[in-house]
Amino acid sequence: MTEAVLLFTVFGIGVILTAIVGFYCLLTTKSLIRALIAVEILAKAVTLLIVLCGYLTGRMALAQTLAITLIIIEVAIVVVAISVVLALFKQDGDADATTMRTLKG
Amino acid sequence: MLDTVLVILLTALLAIGALLTAMTSRLLRAAIMLAVTSAVLTAIMFRLNAPLAAVFELSVCAGLVPAIFISAIGLTRRLDPEGLKARFKDRIKRYWFLPVILVAVAAGLSQIHFVTDFIVSAPDSAGETVQTVFWNTRPLDLLGQVAALLAAAFAVVVLLKETTND
Repeated sequence: MTEAVLLFTVFGIGVILTAIVGFYCLLTTKSLIRALIAVEILAKAVTLLIVLCGYLTGRMALAQTLAITLIIIEVAIVVVAISVVLALFKQDGDADATTMRTLKG
Repeated sequence: MLDTVLVILLTALLAIGALLTAMTSRLLRAAIMLAVTSAVLTAIMFRLNAPLAAVFELSVCAGLVPAIFISAIGLTRRLDPEGLKARFKDRIKRYWFLPVILVAVAAGLSQIHFVTDFIVSAPDSAGETVQTVFWNTRPLDLLGQVAALLAAAFAVVVLLKETTND
């Protein structure tokens, strides 16, 4: 087994496992902040996948550029989503997705 | 051989970190475990010859994002001890089989032989550096990043503004 095939297999499995954990956490949680943490886990899986593909296809510079872009957009998303959660918390006194009833219309 | 062990160990640490992030019942611990997962991902990126992206991952995803999460958790209400105990039992009930699923998926996938003919033998970036790609090949990405950051700052200001007329 060459080095590249080893890296593809092992880190590819790592990407799949991390994505499974992220999707499961996102689907089962009720807390909005924990849902955001699940989104972060998913973003980690995607970042690793981009860097791994860049390494395997020899386009490392492009992969790093895309990974940096992904990280920055991820931070912007997290900051905005956290502010939405905090605004909801200020309004409702709760950050639970199941008890949220004031968003109708 | 040593490299194989290192690669497998890093992957296992990444999966365990993600698992602990999802499974802990306290949000604060989840945020800290998210930082640990990011640090492991940084090590993986260094192994994959991506030092610039790794530094970004370490400084932003292991430093800034958990700090944002922790300050947000600090601004929300904390659970009483009974609620925390009930939440812990609830989480155990919902999450006990997730490690089993992960181990089964990892064992199953490691038995499959994937098609790997797209892999080039020697990683070679053909004279590209991150700087030239950033400024020459994908300059619109930079514009998009700046626009996203400005929009995020504007959204935070609007969302967290103190409303006086309600």
